[in-house]
Amino acid sequence: MRVLPIAAIAALVALPAVADEQAIPMKKAPNLDKVEANCQACHSLDYIPMNSPFPNAALWDAEVTKMIKAYGAPIDDADAKAIAEYLKSNYGS
Amino acid sequence: MITRRHLLGTAGASAALAMSGLSPNFFEAEAAGANLAPGLPEGLSTVATMEALPGKKPLIKLSYRPPNYESPLETFRTAITPNDEFFVRYHLADIPTVDAQTYKIAVGGDGIDSPVEISFDDLKKMPTVEVVAVNQCSGNRRGLSKPHVVGVEWGYGAMGCARWKGVRLKDVLDKAGLKKETIEVSFNGADGPAVDKTPDFIKSIPVWKAVDEATIIAYEMNGQPLPHWNGFPARIVVPGWTGTYWMKHVVAINALTKPQGGFWMNPAYRIPLGKFPLRDRFITQENATSTPITEMVVNSLITSHRDGSKVKAGKVAISGMAWDGGYGISSVQVSTDGGKTWSAATLGEDLGRFAFRPWRFDLVAKMGKSTVMVNAINKLGQSQTPELIFNPAGYHNNVMQNITLNA
Repeated sequence: MRVLPIAAIAALVALPAVADEQAIPMKKAPNLDKVEANCQACHSLDYIPMNSPFPNAALWDAEVTKMIKAYGAPIDDADAKAIAEYLKSNYGS
Repeated sequence: MITRRHLLGTAGASAALAMSGLSPNFFEAEAAGANLAPGLPEGLSTVATMEALPGKKPLIKLSYRPPNYESPLETFRTAITPNDEFFVRYHLADIPTVDAQTYKIAVGGDGIDSPVEISFDDLKKMPTVEVVAVNQCSGNRRGLSKPHVVGVEWGYGAMGCARWKGVRLKDVLDKAGLKKETIEVSFNGADGPAVDKTPDFIKSIPVWKAVDEATIIAYEMNGQPLPHWNGFPARIVVPGWTGTYWMKHVVAINALTKPQGGFWMNPAYRIPLGKFPLRDRFITQENATSTPITEMVVNSLITSHRDGSKVKAGKVAISGMAWDGGYGISSVQVSTDGGKTWSAATLGEDLGRFAFRPWRFDLVAKMGKSTVMVNAINKLGQSQTPELIFNPAGYHNNVMQNITLNA
C-alpha cells in the first residue's frame, strides 16, 4: 500500500534484517559491488544463494530482466549486464 | 564509495531501531544452521539459519528482507501451530507497524453502494465467528521441485494451522451494500514495495468465495491478537485456499464488477489449466492456458520423524498431519513396502474440515532399513500424487512422502 522515497525505505524495511544482512556470505567476485548497489535496494542478498546453483545462464538473465520489467527495479543496462555476469559466474549451473 | 549495503547496515539500522522504539539487543538473532530437508537447492544451506524475529521463536530464515521464515518440522506435532512458531511470508519489504487505534479498513469499489471505513473497534463490535484453518503458502515445498524453479525455496514449513477469530467478510461487505454485479472482491495490505515501480501486492477472490460463511476478517489467532508478522491488527482468512489470498494488515477491501488486474493476479500465482484435480475455479481470472491457484490440494506430512532418522527395532509410533482444501480428510493410508500394500492410520481429533487432521500409525521396525510412505485421501476421494505434477512456479506439491528409518 505505502510508497515512500527510497531514503525513507532504507530506514523502515524489515527492521530485524538490517543488522544481520551484512553476514550473508556472498561470493567475493567481480561485480559484487553492482549487486550490492542495486539488488539490495529491494531485497536482501540471501535470495541469490538460496536460488542456486541450479539456474543456467538463460535463467539468470531472465531473472535480472524480471526484476527490471516486472518489479520495476531502476537498474541501468550496464549494471544489469554486470549483475547477470556475477550471477552466472558464481551462482549458475 | 558508500553503497546501499552500508546505508542499510549503519544509518538505516540506527534509524530503524530508533523509530521502532526497540533496543538493538532485541534484534540479536540466534543464528545457527537450520536442519533442512533433503532435496532443496544446495545454495540454500549457505544462507538458511535459525533466527528469531521480534516476538517469534527461532524459525528457519530463508530471506531477511522481505522476511521469509519457515517453521521447523517439529512445529507440526500439534494440530494447532503456536503463534510464535507460525511461518512468516512477505512479498514486499516496506512493512509498517500498524497502530490498532488509528487502523481503518476502507471498504469500497464499484461493486459497493456506499463506501465505509471500518475501525478496529468497529470490527470488535460485530458478531464474531471462529474457524480453525490451515494457512499454507502456495509455494510450500517449492524447494523440492525437480527440476528446481526460482522463488523462495520453501521446504515443508511454509504453513500452519490456527484458530482464527474475527468477523465474516460478508457482514462487512453488507454494511457497505454489495451490488449484485460484483464478480470479485480485492484486498490490499498496509505493506508496500521498496521502490514505487514495484507492483503493490493486491489480490482478489471470486465474490462467491468472499461471501462464504467461512471467509473472515480475523483479528485473533489462537486467542491472542495477531502477531505483527502474521498481519496485525487484522488479516483476511480464506479457509481452504492458499495463503496468497490471506491478506495481512488488510487496509482496503474493494468489491469489483471487473476482474482485478495487476502482476500479482497474472502472471503471478497462476497454475496451468487442467493439471491439478481441483474443484474451486476462479473463472473471471481464467485464460486459455492458466488460472489463479485456488484451494489447497490434499496433502500430509510425517512430523514424528525426519527422513533417515535412527529408531529402535520394534514398535515405532509414526505420526503426522493431513489437510486439504476444506472438504475434510477421510483417511490416511500408510505403506511400509513402497506402495504395494496400504493400511489405514488412526485419525486424531477433528478440529474442522479446514484444520490439520492428526494421524498416527504403529510401525514394527526391523533391524536395518524400514520405509514409511503416506497418502492422505479427502472426502471428495482426492489423494496425493506419487509423482510431482511439475509447474513453473512450483505450486501444489503434494507428492507422497516416502521416508527411510534406520534401526
